[in-house]
Amino acid sequence: MLKHFSDEEILAVVEENGACKENLLAILLKLQDLSPQNYIDERTANLVADRVGLSHVQMYDILTFYAMLETKPRGKYVIEVCNSAPCYASKSDRVVAVLEKELGIKVGETTPDGLFSVQYMPCNGYCDIGPVIRVQGRTHGNLTEEKIKEIIQNLRNA
Amino acid sequence: MSKSLSLLSKRAGKINPQSVEDYVSMGGFSALKKALTMEKMEIINEMLDANLLGRGGAAYPAGKKWKQLYNIEGEPKYIVCNADEGEPGTFKDKLLLKDDPMSIIEGMIIAGYVFNSQDGYIYIRGEYRIIQEKFKESLEACEKAGYLGDNICNSGYSFRIHVVSGAGAYVCGENSGLLNSIESKTGRPRVKPPHLAEVGLFSKPTLVNNVESFADVPLIVEMGGKAFAELGSEGDGGSKLVSICGNSVNRKVVEVGLGHVTLRDLIYDEEFGGGIADGKELKFYHLGGQSGPIGFPEQLDTPYTAKALKKEGLSVGSGALVVLDEDMCIIDYLLKVCEFFIHESCGKCTPCREGNRHVHNILTKFAKGTATEEDFERLERLSATMALASSCGLGQAACTALDSCLKHRRAEFEAHMRGECPVCFPKDKEGK
Repeated sequence: MLKHFSDEEILAVVEENGACKENLLAILLKLQDLSPQNYIDERTANLVADRVGLSHVQMYDILTFYAMLETKPRGKYVIEVCNSAPCYASKSDRVVAVLEKELGIKVGETTPDGLFSVQYMPCNGYCDIGPVIRVQGRTHGNLTEEKIKEIIQNLRNA
Repeated sequence: MSKSLSLLSKRAGKINPQSVEDYVSMGGFSALKKALTMEKMEIINEMLDANLLGRGGAAYPAGKKWKQLYNIEGEPKYIVCNADEGEPGTFKDKLLLKDDPMSIIEGMIIAGYVFNSQDGYIYIRGEYRIIQEKFKESLEACEKAGYLGDNICNSGYSFRIHVVSGAGAYVCGENSGLLNSIESKTGRPRVKPPHLAEVGLFSKPTLVNNVESFADVPLIVEMGGKAFAELGSEGDGGSKLVSICGNSVNRKVVEVGLGHVTLRDLIYDEEFGGGIADGKELKFYHLGGQSGPIGFPEQLDTPYTAKALKKEGLSVGSGALVVLDEDMCIIDYLLKVCEFFIHESCGKCTPCREGNRHVHNILTKFAKGTATEEDFERLERLSATMALASSCGLGQAACTALDSCLKHRRAEFEAHMRGECPVCFPKDKEGK
């Protein structure tokens, strides 16, 4: 939740990214990035809707339609595992097994300390280095057990 | 002799993608300068001669699309580039967006000039956010150098390109869904007709082409439509970027002349796929993304071009080539494909929303070995219904891969009914 942000600060982000309808998804992704829990809360959603000229229900429709946008709190780091067929051929199920073991949670869950969430994502176009995960907009590929552990450790230390 | 081509990909990796100087030093913007001296109908005729089939996946002839829009009255007309590359296994547009963005920009400006447009939009998928930022830098550099913005190359013509972000929705790759998404609506496809050429973005006449199609435009203007057509084969002109991945030795984007290589070349040739990794055997391959057909080893000698592939029930589609080895069970694979469509179905129409779930249920029965003979009939009926009655291409094509497998590998389904599959029910190995 963007509770540390005042209404003015949220609206400033909207302005910075060009406060018009065609920039809506870019604005929402940016605000979601700023949220420590990686989601768009109701206050933020309504503020943006009012500013760009959408009804609140249209905004909710959009937030729940697009897979990259989330309306519920998630971990500080959202680890997304590609589960599309090309990564599956490159053994993405092993990546899931390592993540679940290392973090002690299942796909779709968040660690009790609120640090990590694990979820699936559809193909993000990095099939040349599959299996891949994406964390904070960055894609990591050619994953091995060691590499996954290292990524998690680096995030824990960050 | 090398079978690969280097036209679309000639600059990739060799220039700073955000430098106009680099782009121009390797032939960039010469097509734009030429186009600005040509009659608009002349450019469209070159596009028609080029036999360019749209590179997004639907393979609609680009020249025809241009001519249709040209004949439609109404202003303004919008130019939209579909960079919502979302077909799993496809990453060829990413190569252009990242390594040669100005070729796309140049193509869009030429299109803008033909239709006297003032504004172009490029809709780049949310997953490519880093690329979006770089693309904006490229646009700024072009504007600064006088190739974009007001009075392009002192021709009196002005054109601007706006970057719009997606946020993770495969269905927005469908052109009308994409336009809805730009208009800040949910990206559900529209009911057609009216076609986008008549009622497109903001209800105005609109041209929507794929990234690679736009990047082809400067090539066509420069070399002429006929020469471009000859790079390919009958009715399917030009070169094509193919993204090879899965269990092949090499996973990368390659460029080939359409019809000048076979599927075998693409999978086994050293300069392309390089064969199957870890010394395994090829089992099948998936062409054109999840909505494309599946091919088998006995079809490997088919030339990679629309007509020849169609004869085999195959297609180029988005240009994806996902190679699968002997360790992949066909039923298991189809379940993955089906899960993808369940996730991506927008839910508007019943055949797609419900159909995919039913297909999944039946495939699960096959996977568990509990399917019966009647389930074949159910699958075939479902697939036919979805192809016929779904509202947009997503639902219509969701069972394409299933159809290929039912046609060519019914025996593997039957073996599964008996609980026999070397991958899923191994006799002496630990199960999956």
